Amino acid sequence: MIINERIIKSWSIIGPRATFGLAALELVKEHQNMMILTCDVSTSAGLDRFRKTYASNYLDLGIAEQNMIGVAAGLASENYNVVTTTFAPFQTIRCCEQIKVNFGYMKNKVCMVGLASGLILGNLGFTHCCIEDVGILRTIPNITIVSPADSLETVKAFQAALRYNGSVYIRLTGGSNNPIVYDKDYNFEIGKSNILKDGSDVAIFSSGSVTSECLNAAKILDESNISCAVINMHTIKPFDKKTLEKYLSAKLIVSVEEHNVIGGLGSAISETLSTFENSPRQMFLGINDQYTKGGSYNFLKKKNGLDKDNIISTIKNNFNER
Amino acid sequence: MEKKNFKNEIKKFSNDMRSNILEMSLSAGSSSSHFGGALSIVEILSTLYVSQLKYDPKNPLWEGRDRFILSKGHACLAYYSALCQIGYIKFNDLLTFEKDDSDFLGHPVKNEKLGIEFSNGSLGMGLSLGIGVAYALKKKQLDNFVYVVIGDGECNEGSVWEAAMSAPNLKLDNLYAIIDRNNFQQTGSNSEIMNLDDLKLKWSSFGWHTDEIDGHSIDSLLNYFDNSKNIKKPKALIANTIKGKGFSFSENNNEWHHKILTKSTYENALKEIKLNNDN
Repeated sequence: MIINERIIKSWSIIGPRATFGLAALELVKEHQNMMILTCDVSTSAGLDRFRKTYASNYLDLGIAEQNMIGVAAGLASENYNVVTTTFAPFQTIRCCEQIKVNFGYMKNKVCMVGLASGLILGNLGFTHCCIEDVGILRTIPNITIVSPADSLETVKAFQAALRYNGSVYIRLTGGSNNPIVYDKDYNFEIGKSNILKDGSDVAIFSSGSVTSECLNAAKILDESNISCAVINMHTIKPFDKKTLEKYLSAKLIVSVEEHNVIGGLGSAISETLSTFENSPRQMFLGINDQYTKGGSYNFLKKKNGLDKDNIISTIKNNFNER
Repeated sequence: MEKKNFKNEIKKFSNDMRSNILEMSLSAGSSSSHFGGALSIVEILSTLYVSQLKYDPKNPLWEGRDRFILSKGHACLAYYSALCQIGYIKFNDLLTFEKDDSDFLGHPVKNEKLGIEFSNGSLGMGLSLGIGVAYALKKKQLDNFVYVVIGDGECNEGSVWEAAMSAPNLKLDNLYAIIDRNNFQQTGSNSEIMNLDDLKLKWSSFGWHTDEIDGHSIDSLLNYFDNSKNIKKPKALIANTIKGKGFSFSENNNEWHHKILTKSTYENALKEIKLNNDN
């Protein structure tokens, strides 16, 4: 697949969902046994062209997610490389037990793509926001969870998931004009996080589109003499323990995620961090276990302390408390 | 002539299944077993395994096989027995039923070498799997069939109806849904717990070619399967059955939904099988 500066910019403008749809048009050439299953969301998933061009690789099962998961497993059992996609709450929680039995227990290999997870659909309310998916799926054995930091990483994750030997959930966050974290092609490997910026005082671990906020915050914190590392934990499960271990000498570990602070990346970090002796303190940034009033993406990010300015002030306050 | 042979063979296969079910239930001891709902599908499974399903006794994963899915996974006593009788499972292994580390738990666990292609037990999931498989077979241009056995109580699950809606849309004329209509579910009759009314009408209104027959009549089952294959729709069979069929103490007695088989009941049951064999 061609990846250059111009393409990365255009993917960033259209956002991760439409980028996913474009990537499917390319990746089906490599995986002719690919089947994309949706629940009446081809437009939202950026799959309208795919649906027309590769009609035999596309199956719309109507607004019936539980059935979609079972059908996906049946196809996977016959060696099709299956991708399912719909909005994140319906892709995950609506059909949670089907995922458990068909993909977790039976190990049928399917790539699930959760559209518009996190807070991007905040003005539609919390039926459509998704702050629980990682926590719920993380408790199901044999499911890998990837939350790409930007549009390019969405493509990289999708490509890797199709080649991966097991089911993967790709959690898409952010919208159009999605900030660029990677401005050129790079090495992406499921389960291996990327250190975006090194630093010694504070280590910020993030996933999803809030990663760019973390990078911007870290640069400013550096100027205030708080040396900040930013690690893109694109894979939340299996957890990259080795990279966390590198930052045990930091004074503060910060997890930043567009997810409930219970069950997601922060929890995954603390589960590992607590196994080390004398591990640093951890601060959890995310949605504080509540359903708030809705609003725009930027409004909700600010409200939940997930924008650059709030990340800076929260880290400063916590760091100085020590 | 050939049909008559099938009939005798199916009858013998059914009796052997009931005998194996007794052995497993006895060996399960106090862990108990889902007895009634296994006995209601004995003739359905016998007819399928003896006269309908294409399979390779040496290779459970033969590409040219027909596919079978037991969506009502709790009826696995019947399924394990059938797989034993076609040579995929050793008789002695059946007796590990529900024991520690066994391959044969109270709901089927996927084990392709033993011919168990899917894990089932959580109700309402098997038909969707069957749809995925049937769609895949069409894509591969294989002319095999997929048979899914569903409980009537299982039809309480909304996911059954999501699947029921999609199969006709996908024109899956290689798919059978066989509904074991024994009129009972765990804690009572269907009409007491969740009245299913006219199941035949429900399935046909969803776009399935639907028939209703006596699910213990080998003649009816043979006739149905032999004559429905070419119908260009997914096929739903309402098989009217008797929960606990085959033993005087368990027929239509919902206490036997899940119950311990004692040694004395087991011995009485053996006598009933012998009588049936002699007739």
